[in-house]
Amino acid sequence: MLKIPLRLLLFLCSFSLLAQEYFPKNDGVKTINTNYTAFTNAKIYITPSQVIDNGTLLIKDGKIVASGAQVTIPKNTTIVNVEGKSIYPSFIDMYSSFGVEKPKRESGGSRSPQYNPTRTGYYWNDHVMPESNAMSKFKFDSKKAKELLNAGFGVVNTHIQDGIARGTGTLVALNTEGGNEVKILEQKSGQYFSFSKSVTSRQSYPGSIMGSMALLRQLYLDADWYAKGNSKTKDLSIEALNKNKSLVQIFSAGSRANALRADKVGDQFDVQYVILGGGDEYERINEVKATNAAYILPVNFQDAYDVENVYLTQSLALSDMRAWNQEPSNPKVLADNNISFAFTTHDLKSLKTFKAKLMKAIEYGLSKEKALEALTTTPARLLGKQSEIGNLNKGAYANFLITSGDIFEKKTTIYENWVQGTQTVVNDMNTKDIRGDYEFSIARENYKMTLKGELSKLSSEITIDDKKRGSKVSYSDDWLSIAMTSKDSTKQEFIRLIANVSQGENFNGKALYPNGNELTFYARKIDSKTKNKETKKTDSLKVDSSKTKDVTPVTYPNMAYGFKELPKQETLLFQNATVWTNEAEGILEQSDVLIKNGKIVKIGKNLSDSSAKVIDATGKHLTSGVIDEHSHIAASSINEGGQNSSAEVSIEDVIDEEDIDIYRDLAGGVTTIQILHGSANPIGGRSAIIKLKWGEDSQDLIYKNSPKFIKFALGENVKQSNWSSFERFPQTRMGVEQLYIDYFSRAKAYDALKKSGKSYRKDVEMEVLAEILNKERFISCHSYVQSEINMLMKVADQFNFNINTFTHILEGYKVADKMVEHGVGGSTFSDWWAYKYEVNDAIPYNAAIMHNAGVVVAINSDDGEMSRRLNQEAAKSVKYGGISEEDAWKFVTLNPAKLLHIDDKVGSIKVGKDADLVLWSDHPLSIYAKAEKTIIEGVTYFDIIRDEIMRSQIKKEKAELINQMMLAKNKGLKTQPIKKKEKDQMHCDYIDHESH
Amino acid sequence: MKKINLYIVLLLLTFGFANAQQTPGKKQTRTIAITGATAHIGNGEVIENSLIIFKEGKLTTVVDATVVKMDLTGMEVINASGKHVYPGFIIPNTTLGLVEIDAVRATDDDSELGSWNPHIRSLIAYNTESKVVESLRPNGVLLAQATPRGGRISGTSSVVQLDAWNWEDAVVKEDDGIHLNWPSSFSRGRWWMGEDPAMKVNKNYEKQVKEIVDFFNATKAYSKGTNQTLNLPFQATEGLFDGSKKLYIHVGNEKGIIDAVNFSKENGVKEMTIVGGSDAYKVADLLKQNNISVLLKRVHSRPGQTDDDYDLPFKRAKLLVDKGVLVALEGSGDMERMNARNLPFYAGTTVAHGLSKEQALQLITLNTAKILGIDAAYGSLEEGKSATLFISEGDALDMRTNILTHAFIDGRLISLESHQTKLWKRYSEKLKTQD
Repeated sequence: MLKIPLRLLLFLCSFSLLAQEYFPKNDGVKTINTNYTAFTNAKIYITPSQVIDNGTLLIKDGKIVASGAQVTIPKNTTIVNVEGKSIYPSFIDMYSSFGVEKPKRESGGSRSPQYNPTRTGYYWNDHVMPESNAMSKFKFDSKKAKELLNAGFGVVNTHIQDGIARGTGTLVALNTEGGNEVKILEQKSGQYFSFSKSVTSRQSYPGSIMGSMALLRQLYLDADWYAKGNSKTKDLSIEALNKNKSLVQIFSAGSRANALRADKVGDQFDVQYVILGGGDEYERINEVKATNAAYILPVNFQDAYDVENVYLTQSLALSDMRAWNQEPSNPKVLADNNISFAFTTHDLKSLKTFKAKLMKAIEYGLSKEKALEALTTTPARLLGKQSEIGNLNKGAYANFLITSGDIFEKKTTIYENWVQGTQTVVNDMNTKDIRGDYEFSIARENYKMTLKGELSKLSSEITIDDKKRGSKVSYSDDWLSIAMTSKDSTKQEFIRLIANVSQGENFNGKALYPNGNELTFYARKIDSKTKNKETKKTDSLKVDSSKTKDVTPVTYPNMAYGFKELPKQETLLFQNATVWTNEAEGILEQSDVLIKNGKIVKIGKNLSDSSAKVIDATGKHLTSGVIDEHSHIAASSINEGGQNSSAEVSIEDVIDEEDIDIYRDLAGGVTTIQILHGSANPIGGRSAIIKLKWGEDSQDLIYKNSPKFIKFALGENVKQSNWSSFERFPQTRMGVEQLYIDYFSRAKAYDALKKSGKSYRKDVEMEVLAEILNKERFISCHSYVQSEINMLMKVADQFNFNINTFTHILEGYKVADKMVEHGVGGSTFSDWWAYKYEVNDAIPYNAAIMHNAGVVVAINSDDGEMSRRLNQEAAKSVKYGGISEEDAWKFVTLNPAKLLHIDDKVGSIKVGKDADLVLWSDHPLSIYAKAEKTIIEGVTYFDIIRDEIMRSQIKKEKAELINQMMLAKNKGLKTQPIKKKEKDQMHCDYIDHESH
Repeated sequence: MKKINLYIVLLLLTFGFANAQQTPGKKQTRTIAITGATAHIGNGEVIENSLIIFKEGKLTTVVDATVVKMDLTGMEVINASGKHVYPGFIIPNTTLGLVEIDAVRATDDDSELGSWNPHIRSLIAYNTESKVVESLRPNGVLLAQATPRGGRISGTSSVVQLDAWNWEDAVVKEDDGIHLNWPSSFSRGRWWMGEDPAMKVNKNYEKQVKEIVDFFNATKAYSKGTNQTLNLPFQATEGLFDGSKKLYIHVGNEKGIIDAVNFSKENGVKEMTIVGGSDAYKVADLLKQNNISVLLKRVHSRPGQTDDDYDLPFKRAKLLVDKGVLVALEGSGDMERMNARNLPFYAGTTVAHGLSKEQALQLITLNTAKILGIDAAYGSLEEGKSATLFISEGDALDMRTNILTHAFIDGRLISLESHQTKLWKRYSEKLKTQD
């Protein structure tokens, strides 16, 4: 047996470990090294839960031969005594772009949209590239590898981070020796997906997240159909997708909301993704848990905002402040909920901060064992490589870290990172630890010196008779040199010290003075008790900080006006109100309404119920909740304009429950809205009808047993008249008609084939259109001028269905008689006009004329501002056209309920209907009225008094968080500049920014 | 059908007195007396049973009829008992008449090239034939400040009345003020260049403010010089220093407002008004001390930030009025021209959020007139002022009762017809005859 200093091992290891024995060799003799290396007397973390206090790790040929307390060491073994040190498995990052060049954005060319794919032989959408493989672009990046090794990583799963279906990743060992023949652990490991388009193609579709979701669904359907041998043509994309479906499927979601969306897509096709999270999972942990997915978590916790500037700080939203405060607790929350997760360095600006971020998660309550799992066994298991990486069991790759102690402690140093038996020295472990306090005297001056910091970056503090001197230290190979400023601080002069520290605790050295004099000195390490006391003191501090950090409580939604606890359903008795029933009873003066179990149970006078909370509504008005037939609030995207039809997309996929406009709408008495797709294309997407249950999760907002709706659109938007686009059919109203005839004819044929029982390719778009033909789905069509309104009714007649609603319908008054005949309703603006050529003849009397002609009329908003004042908009019908107040009120309540086919449950105050009620301070059509309570199914989601309380809580919480951020800055922590949160105001015409 | 009949009666009632559409009203020849109406003076006062007389376009009598009796012989008497009389509403800071249809570029005349455009004058582009202009009158909006947009200095506005043959007829106050867009504290990332589109601190703020100071200094230097080569922007700016023009600084945030106030003081600007002023309520005391008025951002808008009170836009006026700041309402932003007819309802909304009805009325009448410098003749029903007023069936700040029977500008009875009422009648008639 041979015992040698570890430093020399470097030479031993430069042998190619897994030499390719079948390769010819022309530059010397073939050398095969069959020696062992053993690391003894270490604390070995074989796995996070299996720890050997004093064990041996035996390796050979880049693999672990044995590990444990009792290991037999063969004779041909080099033994390295690492007594007092710890050995961990090296870390794994399964979401990496290591060695893969970032694809470049396609530049130049025309700015007009591109609708067709650029490739042939592949899927019809350029953003779907399952045939891509990281290996095809892989080039080992030594510089980056060194950074990763220094941070503790041994293996990464790298992939091309571009496109919706991104193809397969490659599992790479960060071995600094040898070539790809040893480093590539798996060429195809994991199939990656995202919602973001490829930067390499300008193909327009999909232009929204809901489009990306629809595209993925159709891809899976097509893949299944293709797998069954139905395709007459070749599709290399689908072939690759199918071939790689047994690999781990990894989805780059990047946020909780998108994680839930990805999981929804996956569930439909029995695909369970491992999901790259956003760090905000804690905000709705139950929903996240319900995905049953494992997560890959970034640790790029935000720095505090720089809140010194009072004015700029005013623009900082509470939700952003909270994110800073709460995000570090995310891993703990996932762990507490038994959600399995791996960590990634993805999105981390500097790998050097990785450990600090990790420690922050631990400081916020994540156990060290879980942290280690997330870096080792969990990613290994998720990648299906648990026997090879992420642990130190026999047979695994010799990927391990040697550290000075507990890796999750601040003072701990990583000495070495071994990958496949190749050593990388991070910090020389033979460097003597000379940190501590020293005394010496030179020329009758008494010096005190403290050496501290990391050994590789030692810093010094020197005082002479308690006066501080500037100093700079360097330390390597047992030699210590120090430059310090001389006594005369006015001069730029230095005293230089040099000493060899290899012998014992104390050392001799010499000092060189600016005048050239040389003096010797003897530095003595102070074994002071006082020092120990200090350590104790810091220890006690540490106990404090090891307690879980105070985290601001999460609210639902997690922002201003969110609820700490969701409000509960109540039994409520409104007494002595003016009740607008919207029924034959009309407006009842001084009446009572009792609601129970979310329903209206009694209407009358002198009602009583012992269990009810009584609300004195004297002088107030009680109405059913306002219903907005046309809204674009509470959605992450509105338009999928990448094609002229997007029936396959659904707003239900992209509901944003964190939109403050939900709360503001409640404050305007709104309880139910239809979120319509935009008007970018003649056949738009499917709607979401939601109740504004502020605080609930997006999917719980959806109206139960929602009637099915789809948005159509006519006119300037679908012709793309008002922006430079001349590529997409149709460009005229003439073309719009033919487009509908084309799609409906195809849908009819599709439906017939489907019903015949013969095999067919399932096409979501056609399925949706067939629902229209089968009268299972209603159309709400954006429309302005009479010619096109007339046209669409005729097209519908031709295919034997009815248009349900014309929305906007600003020239409805010109064809009101035809609308009555067709049986279509009209949902219009009260008084908008003149914003486009096609609304030149829009008049505020439109609602009145249509109503008088017998059309079911609603007044809608299409606007987050107007939405909260729909009572005022309804009142305009009294002015413009002399509509009765009762009928005008129905324009924003019962009539939209009818148009949405939900008037069996909402839209009026009737026994048995949902308790969706608004208590108004005044006549609801009056400009002077305010909503005081807005109730949905017996739950008070808006209360004007509670709102006041929330305002003061928001103010207080913001002040506290600002104070915390000031503290963070004063502690010297990094800060980030103020951002201003801003929400896009969405209208029909709103187009999402590129890919997001 | 009964409903339709009733509806036609109503129609005739409303428009029986109307002149031919689009034709400006003729000069007042006979003295007109309005009797019995509730007169909302515009200065906060109300006369329940009023007598209002105007002659040759000027108000000669505005009195309480229960106190003062007069002989009305020879006058055209309008019995308005049960009705309400208001001074004509004024919409300031609007592109009314400068753009007809947003999406049709050919109709768009509100924003000129360049950053420093004080010499660009809105008046000459103001389109008296605009269909949008005539649509404001039936709601009581009778005066407007036509204002250009864009650049650092957008240009020079003028005040017009909304019933005219041409802009020369229309003008009430020519070149009343210069409009300066104060630099914003935040700027947006250029997403098309791969930047985060979020709002970030505007690093160029100080530089941009300095550019304004430089421009003003240059103007002052220019005006001191003799035999200067003509410089149109400098020349146009001179009025700010002799008080013949007002400086309108468009700014929303608190710091910007403070900086703008200090800037005006330091640079010898005689008259300044804050336009927009989202945060003005936070610095109300400063504004009051410096006698700076505010043309307040559209009431019917969403709060700027998620954390704001949901009703902040509704109550800003109240917060400023309570502090004694001179406030009037403006409505710039999306669809500002077609929505300008909702000005009375902006005022109405401030009542639901704390102001009295008469205080709210001041925000769209006398206060506006004071800010625009036309209060000698407009903004209130006071003897000696222009007879620019209207009669409404009911409370004109509420949609349901804002139904005009008569409107006068400078004593001229004006048409309450519009393109829209014409279509209303035409198609009502069509459907009726089909009945």
